[in-house]
Amino acid sequence: MSESVSQSPAVTIAMPASEPAIELRGLRKVFRNHVAVDNLTLSVDYGEVFGFLGPNGAGKTTSIKMLMGLVYPTSGDARLLGYKLGDQIARRQIGYLPELFRFHEWLTGNEFLDLHGRLYGMTSSERRKRIPDVLALVDLSAYAHKKIGTYSKGMQQRIGLAQALLNDPRLVFLDEPTSALDPLGRRDVRAILSRLRGEGVTVFLNSHLLSEVELSSDRVAIIDHGRVAATGRVDDLLSRDLRVEFRLGSLPADLLPELDKLVSVEQVVDGRHSIVTARAAGEEAIAAVVDLLARHNVPVYGVMPERRSLEDVFVDIVAPSREAGR
Amino acid sequence: MNVAIIARLTVREAFRRKVILGVVLLSLAFIALYAIGFHLFRDNYLSLEARRSARTGAGPSPSYAVSASAMVLLGLYTVNFLTGIMTIFAAVGTVAGEIEAGTLDAIVPKPIGRWQIIVGKYLGFAVMLSAYIILMVCGVALTAHTAGHYAPPHLVHGTLLVILVSMILLSLTMLGSTLFSTMTNGIIVFMLYGVAVTGGLVEQLGTALNSDTMVKIGIGSSILLPSDSMWRLASYVVQPSLAISFIGPNPLGTTVPPSDRAVHYSIVYCLALVIGSVLVFQRRDL
Repeated sequence: MSESVSQSPAVTIAMPASEPAIELRGLRKVFRNHVAVDNLTLSVDYGEVFGFLGPNGAGKTTSIKMLMGLVYPTSGDARLLGYKLGDQIARRQIGYLPELFRFHEWLTGNEFLDLHGRLYGMTSSERRKRIPDVLALVDLSAYAHKKIGTYSKGMQQRIGLAQALLNDPRLVFLDEPTSALDPLGRRDVRAILSRLRGEGVTVFLNSHLLSEVELSSDRVAIIDHGRVAATGRVDDLLSRDLRVEFRLGSLPADLLPELDKLVSVEQVVDGRHSIVTARAAGEEAIAAVVDLLARHNVPVYGVMPERRSLEDVFVDIVAPSREAGR
Repeated sequence: MNVAIIARLTVREAFRRKVILGVVLLSLAFIALYAIGFHLFRDNYLSLEARRSARTGAGPSPSYAVSASAMVLLGLYTVNFLTGIMTIFAAVGTVAGEIEAGTLDAIVPKPIGRWQIIVGKYLGFAVMLSAYIILMVCGVALTAHTAGHYAPPHLVHGTLLVILVSMILLSLTMLGSTLFSTMTNGIIVFMLYGVAVTGGLVEQLGTALNSDTMVKIGIGSSILLPSDSMWRLASYVVQPSLAISFIGPNPLGTTVPPSDRAVHYSIVYCLALVIGSVLVFQRRDL
């Protein structure tokens, strides 16, 4: 099953529909005796900004390199835009910013983008139109005719980003896209991600800056030891296993077991008010507790869920396995 | 199309890194020195010849062609040697260096076959090296003609064989660059180049001393790396037969030319090594 999709200005490409933009099934990579990626299974829908997180050495970059055809999987299967890995039609619609961005330093920014435009199969008129656009997007128009060797690290990362977006891709892999950028540069990248999301581009984002991923991503996967340790919508992950404090009027003792069925009560301190500390599986559980208390006429003076960050979730998931490995 | 893009990139890199400028300047210096040398050689030869004629009353000696041919051989040997060194230096890190630097990480995921990267690079170097060899041989021949009033025979055939020498070394260096780091590749290729040159010398000595074993050692080294045997064939075809029999087995040439089969072997050798480079690069993780 396929449909015709207009991609860059003059390139019309047949592509399969109704499949995820990225689908990995049991992807595995072993380097000699070291398992870098182990049974990686996940899927990313079209138009999603997907955060790919994990501690150092978790296998993130190896996973991306496998998808980009730089490293061959030992086993498993993966499809990008419905095509098998390495398919040239898919590659025309994919952009990639490598983690260790090193480009031909003797080329000017303009020549570098022209080279990559040619490799994408763009015509000269497409390149003439598109190159100034992407240079402006990454704020490098003034440096178009300077050699990349004279660029700062941040500028090199920006030109790499321009290269990744040159072909007006439907799917972009960004491996640590802000590692060399200052706060202003990071803000610019967030704006670009937001714009890509608005255009329906699927973005696979690997970044150590969790606050950035939290702001930019629709869904994330946290991988550890080459496997998916957790995956889901950012909001769901943040509201999962919430610590919450209830400030109540006097709590009848017989209500505590019922309360404990809805949330995991950790502590009850009786005083002027009863202060109940509990862990809730999600926001719905908190709402159910409030409902229960209201039905039993227990005054509720305050419900204070702890605001968690993606970093907290990340640490909760990754730290135990790291400590177990010590 | 992609092959042409990579070939063009390879040529452009050589220009941008001022490799071409350096090579052109040094080559011009070589041609200038060679022209002066050839001019002085002819003057000295003619004055010696005039003194000899005055002393003996004999007519002009036919040995001028032999001496002039030796001068041309020296020039072409230098071109062959310089091109060999240049080939190895230019291509030693063409794949390994880009893998080490990470520049291929942005190229390989593009809609381009890995084989196109290898073939494109090979063609880029091949075009540059062939152009260089043609220009340098023209420089030597022009010098021989203007300063020495001598025209070597079968120059086109000889030039093609010198180009083949360069292609053999290029193929080997490319294969090494897909297999090893830049430094390891450089060491290995230079050692093999040394083995081939030494093997050629041993073969010439074996011919002079009628030693089958020494000749076989030379043939063995030619199988390992046929660059030296192709040079010796080139040196054979650009000399008149009188010069070959007069000079005999020598470090720069040969009296027993490698056969057509050796030429075919060299061409197959190049193709096999390029295919090998493609297969290795096709399979390796970057």
